[in-house]
Amino acid sequence: MNERAYERNAFIVMFVVFAALPFVIYPNFGMQLLCFALFACAFNLLIGFGGLLSFGHAMFFGMGSYVGAYAASAWGWPIEAAILLGAATSLLLGVVSGFIAIRRQGIYFAMITLALAQMVYFFCVRAPFTGGENGIQGVKRSHLLGIVDLDNPLAMYYFVFAIFLASFGLIHRIIHSPFGQVLKSIRENEPRAISLGYRAERYKLAAFVMSATLAGLAGATKAMVAENASLTDVYWTMSGEVVLMTLLGGMGTVFGPVVGAVVIISMQSSSSSACSLSAAGSWARSRHGCGAGSRHDLSTST
Amino acid sequence: MNTQALFGQLLIGLINGSFYALLSLGLAVIFGLLNIINFAHGALYMLGAFVAYFLLEKLGLGYWWALAISPIVVGALGVVIERLMLSRLYKLDHLYGLLLTFGLALMIEGGFQHQFGSAGLPYSIPESLQGVQNLGFMYLPNYRAWVIVASIVICLATWFLIERTKLGAYLRAATENPTLVQAFGVNVPRMITLTYGLGVGLAALAGVFAAPIYQVSPQMGSSLIIVVFAVVVIGGMGSIMGSILTGFGLGIIEGLTKYFYPEASNTVIFVIMAIVLMIRPQGLFGQR
Repeated sequence: MNERAYERNAFIVMFVVFAALPFVIYPNFGMQLLCFALFACAFNLLIGFGGLLSFGHAMFFGMGSYVGAYAASAWGWPIEAAILLGAATSLLLGVVSGFIAIRRQGIYFAMITLALAQMVYFFCVRAPFTGGENGIQGVKRSHLLGIVDLDNPLAMYYFVFAIFLASFGLIHRIIHSPFGQVLKSIRENEPRAISLGYRAERYKLAAFVMSATLAGLAGATKAMVAENASLTDVYWTMSGEVVLMTLLGGMGTVFGPVVGAVVIISMQSSSSSACSLSAAGSWARSRHGCGAGSRHDLSTST
Repeated sequence: MNTQALFGQLLIGLINGSFYALLSLGLAVIFGLLNIINFAHGALYMLGAFVAYFLLEKLGLGYWWALAISPIVVGALGVVIERLMLSRLYKLDHLYGLLLTFGLALMIEGGFQHQFGSAGLPYSIPESLQGVQNLGFMYLPNYRAWVIVASIVICLATWFLIERTKLGAYLRAATENPTLVQAFGVNVPRMITLTYGLGVGLAALAGVFAAPIYQVSPQMGSSLIIVVFAVVVIGGMGSIMGSILTGFGLGIIEGLTKYFYPEASNTVIFVIMAIVLMIRPQGLFGQR
C-alpha cells in the first residue's frame, strides 16, 4: 500500500470514528478529545515538520481560551467570532514570541519558549480580565450564526468536529505545499537550506505563527466546550502535555498526534475517577491540582 | 523610602539568587559535558529537600546530617539515572535528553504529589541557626545569612574545582573534545557519570538549604526550574563564573523589583531574558 492510499484510508477511519463518537461516548468528552487532538496537531506542525521543540505552547492555547471566553461572556460575542478572536490573539502572541525565540536553536529554543509561556502565565494570574484563580466561568455557547442552538450537545459536537476537520485539512495542505517541503529541508539541514537561498528564519517564524494560531483556535474552542477558561489552560504542564501527546502518537506523522491526544486525555479521564497508582495516573491527577480543575467540570456538567 | 522593607526584599532576592546560582551552576556543568539540559533538576532539588525531611522524621537526623547525606543520596540517584538512561542518548539529538529528563521530572513530582499531597511539609530551622541579628538598618535572620554565605562559598568552591584544579582541567578538556581526552587514557564515561552526580548533588544541596525557608512540597522545584532556565538563557552556558554572577544578579534584581514595582516581580526575569535575546542572543557570558 503506498503512502497516499494509506493516508486516505487512515483519514476515512478517523472520520468515521469521530463522526460516530457522540453516539458511543459522552459528547462533551468527545469534544474535549477533538480540541486536544487539534492542539496536538498544531504542535506537531512545528516540531514534526519544522523540527522546533516548543515547550511553551500552553501560552497560545491558554490565551486563545481566555480571550475567546472573555469575548463570549463579557462582550456577548457570537461563538464563531469569539473563537476567531481567540485564534487571532494567539497569532499576535505567536508573532511576538516567535520573533524572540527563533533567535536561538535546539534546547535554547525550548527553554526560551518555556520561559515566555511562564511569563504569559503570570500575566494571566495578574490581569484583571482573566479572573485570576477563578478563571472565566459561565461562558455561553449561544447560537451558531444565530441559527443552530449549540446548547444541544450533538450540534456542538459536530460544530467542533467541523473546526477540527477544517484545521486538519489546513495542516495537511501546509505540510504538502512547497512551503512545507522547504520547512522539512530546514529541519533536515538548515545550513544547506540557507545556502540554497531560503531564508530559514522566516520559514521558521511562519511555521511558529501558524502553529500558534491553530493552538489558539484549539484553546478558544475548548473554552466554548468546557464553558470556562482557567489557569490550567495556560500553565506549563499544558505545554508538557501536548509534547507528550505528540511524542506518544509519533511526531512528524499526520495522524499520530490525534491518537496521542486521545490516549492521554482518556487516561487522565479514567485515572481521575479510578484513582490508579501508575506514575502516569499520578501525574494526570497532579495536574488536576494545579488549576481550577476544568477537566472535572467537563465530566460532571451536562 | 522604607529601608527596612527594601533591605528585606534585597535579602529575599539574595536568597533566591543563591538558589538560582546553585541550580544554574549544576545545569551549566551538566550541559558542558553531557550536552543535556537536565529538566529533572527541579525535581531533584525537591528530592533533596524531601530527603532532609525524611532524615529528620524517620531517623531523627538533623539539618547538618541532611546537608551532608542528602546531596550524596540524590547524587547517587543521579549516577543511576545517568548510567541506566541518559548514557543511551548521547548520540541522539539534544532534544531527546531534554524530553527524557522532562519525563523523569513528571514522574518524580507526580509520585511525590500522589504520596504527600500538594500541601507543604514544615521543616524547622536548626537550633544553632535560629535567632536574628540586629544590623541597625534591618534585622537579619541567622539562617538566611548562613544560606547566602554557604551558597557563595559552595559556588566559589565549584568554580575553583573546575577552573583551577587538575580534575577540572580534565573536565574542561573533555567538554572540548571527549575523544581526544579519552585517547590520553582518561576514563571519560566515568567522568561524565560523576559530573552528572555532582550537578545533581548541588541541586539537592540547594533543596536542603531551601527546606527551612520554603515548605517542603512536591511542586517546589517545578516553578523554580523555569526561572532557572531563563537565568541560564540570560547568562549563557559558557562560563561557570557567568552562571554564578547571573544567578545572584537576577535574584537581586527580582528582589528590587518586588520593592519598587511588585506587580512585575514574577515576570521581570523573563522580560530581561527577552531583552538579552534581542541584543545578545548567545547570552551575557556565552560564546558563539
